[in-house]
Amino acid sequence: MGKPIKIRAKIKGDFAEIKALMPHDMESGLRMNPATNQPYPAHYITDVVAELNGEVVMTAYWGQAVSKNPYVSFSIKGAVAGDTVTLRWNDNKGDSSEKEVVLK
Amino acid sequence: MKKIILPLCLIGGLLCGLTAMAGPEEDRLAMVEYYSDRFPDVPLQEFANGLYAFDTIAREQWIEMEDFPPYEIAIEDGQALFETPFANGKSYADCFENGGIGVKQNYPYFDTDAGEVVTLELAINHCREANGEEPLLYMIGALAEISAYMAYTSRGHEMAVKVPADKPGAVAAYAAGKQFYYTRRGQLNFACSSCHIQSAGLKLRADRLSTTLGQATHWPVYRSKWGEIGTLQKRFAECNSQVWAKPLEAQSVEYRNLEYFLSYISNGLELNGPGSRR
Repeated sequence: MGKPIKIRAKIKGDFAEIKALMPHDMESGLRMNPATNQPYPAHYITDVVAELNGEVVMTAYWGQAVSKNPYVSFSIKGAVAGDTVTLRWNDNKGDSSEKEVVLK
Repeated sequence: MKKIILPLCLIGGLLCGLTAMAGPEEDRLAMVEYYSDRFPDVPLQEFANGLYAFDTIAREQWIEMEDFPPYEIAIEDGQALFETPFANGKSYADCFENGGIGVKQNYPYFDTDAGEVVTLELAINHCREANGEEPLLYMIGALAEISAYMAYTSRGHEMAVKVPADKPGAVAAYAAGKQFYYTRRGQLNFACSSCHIQSAGLKLRADRLSTTLGQATHWPVYRSKWGEIGTLQKRFAECNSQVWAKPLEAQSVEYRNLEYFLSYISNGLELNGPGSRR
């Protein structure tokens, strides 16, 4: 289980604005360890999935190029108070982390 | 030394007229006057936000980032580290007044017994060593995170650094820090003042240069360039490298004196650390 996602959701008119900070090493696999002369093993988020009441509304394909502790922000049209937004990431090591927030 | 300082002083105007006789308070007031004249539309407290005080585009991006700041993780990790007891059962709270909460505005201070400037980060490691723990690195990592947490608890407190006139060691340390600020160094032959006093507000590549006033209030900082939280001492080393001067060790005597000078200059401004920069 990966580190918990920090999420903030706000309803703005007819859409909900979701902001999330995802603690993750995001090691590209290209950075060299000077002590061993080998690269630090790649460890990065491969995809991010957002769901509204259980239905997938966004899938983002990330990879090596995204920096450490990525911040993501997006809007979901038609979301209303009481809806549940779920955000989940999966990484190349099979690890994942998921956070749910109920819109107010 | 006068030969080096004088030309800079003539260009800098107000600031060095009576160097031999003026004290820290005169220096601070001269800085406030200089920057208020140069940037009449900037409220005094805004100088604590560095380049965001006058770079409108960077400011917009920064305001949006502050909604969910990148240093938030460092504050949480720092709090966890701060609250974890040492092997001997004691904790950081035992080393600091008020349990270490809301105390950053009093640092650095001059320790007359030890005859040296004590910064908050030096005090953190002193605390560790006094309790049988290994010292932490001074530029990034765990110590920067603890510093970030302590800075966060001190937000809103006015900087209140003391340079007692009756303590010659303190006066000398402040003077040494000030002299460092105005001394040219490196292959590019710049002094801190070349950029931050003469050229404050002007562009240096894609960034605008911050003012000396307010430089010390927002540390430690999550710098996007670093991808993590780092200390003011790290920034000193980086700035020196950037003028192609040999960087000194973090928490060296010179850098601690420099932090002493810089922090005094920001007296009266509210602390707003940890901060985020590009």
